[in-house]
Amino acid sequence: MRRNSVAVVGAAETTELGVIPNMSQIQLHADAALNAIADAGLKLSDIDGFATAVESPQQVCHYLGIKPTWVDGTSVGGCSFMLHVRHAAAAIEAGLCKTVLITHAESGKSMIGKLPRSIPADSLQGQFEAPFGVYGPPSMFPIPVLRFMKTWGITHEQIAMVAVVQREWAAKNPRAMMKDPITVADVLNSRMIAYPFRLLQCCLVTDGGGALILTSTDRAKDFPRKPVYILGTGESVETPMVSQMETFNSSRAFKVAGPLAFKEAGIAHKDVDHLMIYDAFAHLPLYGLGDLGFMPYEETGKFIADGNTRPGGKLPLNTNGGGLSYMHSGMYGMYALQESVRQMRGIAPAQVKDAKISVCHGVGGMFAASGTIIFTNEK
Amino acid sequence: MAEAARAKPKPTPETQHFWDGTKAGELRLQRCDACSNVYFPPRPFCPSCASRKVTAFKASGKGKLYSYVINHRPAAPGFTPPYAIAVVELDEGPRMMSNIVDCPQTPEALVLDMKLEVAFEKLDDKITLPMFRPAKG
Repeated sequence: MRRNSVAVVGAAETTELGVIPNMSQIQLHADAALNAIADAGLKLSDIDGFATAVESPQQVCHYLGIKPTWVDGTSVGGCSFMLHVRHAAAAIEAGLCKTVLITHAESGKSMIGKLPRSIPADSLQGQFEAPFGVYGPPSMFPIPVLRFMKTWGITHEQIAMVAVVQREWAAKNPRAMMKDPITVADVLNSRMIAYPFRLLQCCLVTDGGGALILTSTDRAKDFPRKPVYILGTGESVETPMVSQMETFNSSRAFKVAGPLAFKEAGIAHKDVDHLMIYDAFAHLPLYGLGDLGFMPYEETGKFIADGNTRPGGKLPLNTNGGGLSYMHSGMYGMYALQESVRQMRGIAPAQVKDAKISVCHGVGGMFAASGTIIFTNEK
Repeated sequence: MAEAARAKPKPTPETQHFWDGTKAGELRLQRCDACSNVYFPPRPFCPSCASRKVTAFKASGKGKLYSYVINHRPAAPGFTPPYAIAVVELDEGPRMMSNIVDCPQTPEALVLDMKLEVAFEKLDDKITLPMFRPAKG
């Protein structure tokens, strides 16, 4: 894909975030979509490309009244929306459609109109993981952590600092669910969920949604908002079975997707002003910093513990408060993308001054999938 | 009210030999006849070189503790927390998820790289699960 040939011209979250007991999941999609369409100054009839995950594209298109000529139902977990951005950019460039709407919504907390997630007993996960007591992401996602810690010399306190620093960012964000300051001791004394992880190292469970609108850069100047250009993209998948990852010392999907995006963008790590690394659990920013090549894995824990990613630090990371403190409806990737777009528009609640390049890195289905989008506000 | 039971595997044509093995007290892996790659979970071709000529064989049942969590909540049906969910690295190379039996479910007792050996746990007439316990001696 050519750098900066496609731009985000509309971006919005649902009107409310957090606990939304008066809206079903499909209506959360519509709420986010209508907000994004208003943000872009468009009509629904202007949308000719559509992508979403979990819900089928036909479900949401019919509900919204959209007649697309291009659809993408890629559903690989919480980073599906990064993949949608990548696919949409390619589709726009190929002339398959002109204006793409990407929606995410999840009634993760209130569970209204939410499709059940189940593992069939004759799937490989059903045969070779479920019988051993895995039960939802908190029991699966942290399984690699102890090995990662041993291999790279990472401490419990350093991983606890991920949650502490993100709470500092959340305190600046009126829409964040959790804003009260916390300490390393608070994290390490919070309720045990799945050793080594405690409550404050696990993401929130909330309701919400978000939507993005993409079009070609040559059309982007006609829109009311400052365009946010797509500078580089990457994606990959590894395995839905956490036990079958090639190694627990890194994520193969991260190591494919991240460097692809950097290569396409033609940037170096020192060029990055703002970084989002999907933090469903507190270890993910450490994997991300290492797998995306920001630093050797051994240094990731110390880098965060030393305050380099906190407000005022040299690499602002997860500036909305992240999945740990901002919100996490189940598929957080859309909210990471929204924060990158806000930062590039210069309107984030905790705005990074003069930020010009934002890297947004997502994970999906435990470590099953990954997508990376690099944005810029300069052509 | 009857207690909810542990999730039970349902074999497929491609995995039946593995579950026949555990029932017979054997941990069966597959080796590629073409490139010698040993792999898991079961499938009738080599995920490394795509050869369909593969052979199931009885593994040593020995391995070491690669990583784990001790799950407190929410507990899966049929489990009493806290319980460890472990990934075992077999001596033959592949890793598999399992539980560690005959061992306290604590960080002090569960030490990474400790040696383990397979211990079979019969669920019913069809399914026996491969569990692991600290290796003797």
